[in-house]
Amino acid sequence: MPVIINRDKCTGCEECVASCPVSAIEMKDGKAFINEYCEACMTCLNVCPEGAIIEVQKEARDGTDLKAYKGVWIFAEQRAGKISSIAYELLGIGRKLADDRGTDLSAVLFGATEAAAGELIKWGADRVYLSQDQMLSQFNDEPYSQLLISLIDRHKPEIVLAGATPIGRSFIPRVAARIRTGLTADCTSLQIDKDTGNLLQIRPAFGGNIMATILCPNNRPQMATVRPRVMKRGQYDENRKGEIIAVGADALSCRTKVLETVKEVSDIAVNLQEANIIVSGGRGLGDPKGFSLIQELAELLGGAVGSSRAAVDAGWIPHRHQVGQTGKTVCPTIYIACGISGAVQHLVGMQSSDIIIAINKNPEAPIFNAATFGIVGDLYEVLPLLIRKLKEAKGI
Amino acid sequence: MNIVVCIKQVPDTAEVKINPETGTLIREGVPSIINPFDLHAIEAGLFLKEKSGGRVTVLTMGPPQAEAALREAIAMGADEGVLLSDRAFAGSDTWATSFTLSKAISKLGADIIICGKQAIDGDTAQVGPETAEFLNIPHISYVRKIEDAADTSIRVQRIMDEGYDIVESSIPVLLTVVRELNEPRLPSLKGKMAAKKAVIQKWGQADIVADENDVGLKGSPTQVKNVFAPEARSDRKILQGTPEEQVDALMQELMGIKCL
Repeated sequence: MPVIINRDKCTGCEECVASCPVSAIEMKDGKAFINEYCEACMTCLNVCPEGAIIEVQKEARDGTDLKAYKGVWIFAEQRAGKISSIAYELLGIGRKLADDRGTDLSAVLFGATEAAAGELIKWGADRVYLSQDQMLSQFNDEPYSQLLISLIDRHKPEIVLAGATPIGRSFIPRVAARIRTGLTADCTSLQIDKDTGNLLQIRPAFGGNIMATILCPNNRPQMATVRPRVMKRGQYDENRKGEIIAVGADALSCRTKVLETVKEVSDIAVNLQEANIIVSGGRGLGDPKGFSLIQELAELLGGAVGSSRAAVDAGWIPHRHQVGQTGKTVCPTIYIACGISGAVQHLVGMQSSDIIIAINKNPEAPIFNAATFGIVGDLYEVLPLLIRKLKEAKGI
Repeated sequence: MNIVVCIKQVPDTAEVKINPETGTLIREGVPSIINPFDLHAIEAGLFLKEKSGGRVTVLTMGPPQAEAALREAIAMGADEGVLLSDRAFAGSDTWATSFTLSKAISKLGADIIICGKQAIDGDTAQVGPETAEFLNIPHISYVRKIEDAADTSIRVQRIMDEGYDIVESSIPVLLTVVRELNEPRLPSLKGKMAAKKAVIQKWGQADIVADENDVGLKGSPTQVKNVFAPEARSDRKILQGTPEEQVDALMQELMGIKCL
């Protein structure tokens, strides 16, 4: 088991039994017992008042020389030759991690031109591994994973990041499986542990009910996919220099074939994700009609309308407006949360917004922890006031 | 055609609450369900079986109680269930889970393997693609439509960022599927009878011939350091006064940073 019970210390208080999210702790002979449900989430460690639950530390696998692995890599994805915005976001966080580790930052780019590779350097890469092979111009899991595996085998980076996009989330797992290393999905924050130099990979867990920090201490590279629109881009420097290394694509195979690529974008998805201002409503609206106030404020500000899961589950607004773990991730300049309590699963979809304004009746609502400005009050009183004053300020 | 559908029994995360004082999860009264995406995977398996013939085997890894999920799938129409359960499997991350599943699938033999796109408790979407890599077969993620399925190839639509791709793959292949794909059927009366009588095969580490270093905690490269509720923003400001005063204060703050 990942955790064990010190039976001498266990008083049988059952605190841990109630805390376990997967029912992995039961009572046997008056003492706690960990069963095979355990998913190693470590929640119980903090709960036990006696410190009777102990994490079993794993030993490093034989033969993996962690020190042989150096440098931070990001995978820069492209569609139809155009580099996706996630690549620039990855360069932003990748640059920071590389600087913290005192190492360099490389980008891996498949199926694009040298000009595109040059852009990655200007956005912060020291080096770009570029394959211009035609076979890679369209995304297929097998050749993408085969080539990235061979590059990692040859150059041994210590960290590899990719976007948590349909492309990244599809082929990066194959790479981690083959290399036999850990992969953390959909991270919303990445930091270097100052003591160990390990990558702290932070992500929502249990359906976005709580955050978890994941480590990959004994295998390299440490791999993660990163949620789009969460990380900030780095500095663009027109004069930045770096090297472009041409990579061959021999011996790649592919058993899938893309017959056709069809564009299909919903207007609201685009609006939400590109809006500078988003006004969102939640359960606190109490009524679907509340969204007319939300809509009015959004229009006045030239913004888009969002919602929490609660409002969608209540049937007040379609799912395409939903912000959060199972909805859209947004990163506007201003996010106004009206009657939204601020469950983790909502916060992870909007916490990167520059300014968050929370309006909620309940002063204890967790949304106020995430807010830049908090107004404790009835939104049906506050919003009309805000709308009136904005109109006055705009001279309408 | 041998079809294997991988499913997971999960806590209904929509029902999970957080204790605001301790920052821990409250799971009391939270029901265990078949991961919702996996219901669509089961439906896809039954659809392919009805179209081309063959057998649908549902496979899960979990504690002994996960047998209930397999019986539910049999009630929907699956032919048999295999439960991978062993204390040696505890603490598996996606690497170890995928490895274990791939061993079982090799033993079963499969032409098409179908998984839900992700499990709602982990949200990783990694087990499908990792399993395909271990099996050395192609996979297609985020399948929203099966356009055609023949003996040697399959054609599907997979969701991409700005629309979808139409992709063809040789068989054997692994698919991960989204909700849009289909509407899962409800268990039939006949299915429920079959589910009651069905003999669930139970396999442990020895049955799938896996090295102890490749399964469970030992086989898992990642570990959870801690779980926590998000911290408060350092620059936050709770405005004071009557609603009007608060709105005025907000207007002033916003004007000050020139964002309106």
